[in-house]
Amino acid sequence: MALLEARGLRASYGPTRVLHGIDFAIDEGSITAVLGANGAGKTTTLRALCGMVKTEGDVRFGGARIDGRLTEDIVRLGIAHVPDGRGTFVNLTTEENLRLGAYTRKDRAAVESDLERIFTYFPRLKERLRQQAGTLSGGEQQMLAVSRALMLRPKLLLLDEPSFGLAPLLVRELFEIMRTVNQRERVSILLVEQNAAMALDLANRAYLIETGRVVLSGAADEIRRDDAVRRSYLGY
Amino acid sequence: MDAFIHQVLSGLATGGIYASLALALVMIYQVTRLVNFAQGEMAMFSTYIAWSLINAGMGYWPAFLLTVLFALALGVVIERVVIRPVENAPVLAIVVIFIALLVILNSATGWIYSYTIKTFPSPFPKEPLFGNTYISSHELGAIGVTLVVLALLYVFFRFTPLGLAMRAVAQNPESSRLVGIRVGWMLALGWGLAAAVGAVAGMMIAPIVYLDPNMMGGILLYAFAAALLGGIDSPGGAVIGGFVVGVLENVLGAYVIGNDLKLSVALGLIIGVLLVRPSGFFGKVHVTRV
Repeated sequence: MALLEARGLRASYGPTRVLHGIDFAIDEGSITAVLGANGAGKTTTLRALCGMVKTEGDVRFGGARIDGRLTEDIVRLGIAHVPDGRGTFVNLTTEENLRLGAYTRKDRAAVESDLERIFTYFPRLKERLRQQAGTLSGGEQQMLAVSRALMLRPKLLLLDEPSFGLAPLLVRELFEIMRTVNQRERVSILLVEQNAAMALDLANRAYLIETGRVVLSGAADEIRRDDAVRRSYLGY
Repeated sequence: MDAFIHQVLSGLATGGIYASLALALVMIYQVTRLVNFAQGEMAMFSTYIAWSLINAGMGYWPAFLLTVLFALALGVVIERVVIRPVENAPVLAIVVIFIALLVILNSATGWIYSYTIKTFPSPFPKEPLFGNTYISSHELGAIGVTLVVLALLYVFFRFTPLGLAMRAVAQNPESSRLVGIRVGWMLALGWGLAAAVGAVAGMMIAPIVYLDPNMMGGILLYAFAAALLGGIDSPGGAVIGGFVVGVLENVLGAYVIGNDLKLSVALGLIIGVLLVRPSGFFGKVHVTRV
């Protein structure tokens, strides 16, 4: 059964409709990539799933409807969202940012061990623990955003352009960690990316969005071999 | 010299009260970006509740505690019922609502309790402590109560998960939702806490200025000056500003401009700070790209 399923998902900002009824499903334990050009509606898709924009259509998570619910309630079901722009609490310390990620959890001992586990992924954050998060570099803030999301112990992780503004080496490292998180912790991932080549390497399935509509979907390998995708998004 | 020390110390006592009220203003400013003009009247109304409880035969401290809880509830209710529906309204609309709250609370109190000035008891002894000649017991006690309140707030915001969540909401509501914080309730709780701090300030100042529906007008003005001096978005700055304004007011009033013109110290400070250093001494300078 699909962990998350959207049917006829539409979303608008004021009078401007951005998503025109898209359908997709995320299998439990999978990594799904959403590809598309600037302005195609990728970020809006993630925001629509979390109730951060006005939507119509039917979204189910673990079989239960979540469309129309409050963002904070959706998050509490186990959907963590690394937003566009990273969403850092700039005036709080790195540690406070991480602890906020676990705000809804009651299992204190497990939170402490999760912190330690996250430091094994991102040792840099441990060095920056007492530092104001706003003073971290872009790459460090991206690590922090991913870590904050993982502190929720989510079932599903929504990642909005994790490669944005990062050095290529760091991007590769981050994607490796995402793969580890997916395999070891069984966190399903929905990944929105402009870097289509890397996203397709990581993902099991992919959807291609153009101007608010799904134009192509399938296994990541098939999508990679599609001629149009190769020319427009992979550039060879 | 003795008289001067006395002026400074009693300035610290009223300064602590300005500090509390300034802190309440800052707490609401941080989440709404607006100064709550009704803050003083909320405190005044709560102080009348304390007066009713004490007059009904309740002991001072139980009445004090009950009043703080009442103020907390009052703040939460005002946020949920009055402020929430206009959350996204233009600034001026909200300012008008603040002023309306001020007028409504003021007149309602006058209507319920009449405008006659009442005395309000102090929980501290009449005789100065340790036979000193510098400061009355009530003033000393008010400083103590203020410091306890400030310390409790510091511990709450700095070391508890709920306090952390409230700080998170103040700076980034969207990210707060994404970690599962119920932002609406945090805003309401912020109003509640601000009202509770204000109520303590009201009960501490009432024995000095006496109880009447307009008692908070001047005091709120000093609190504005204090908050601006410290930096309207800096809680620590507001507290320091409060003490500075209290001492300045007393010393200038006694030696320079006379008691009748005391209030103009606050107005002068407000204008001076806005002209010279609008972000205050501890506030952040906000730069906006246009």
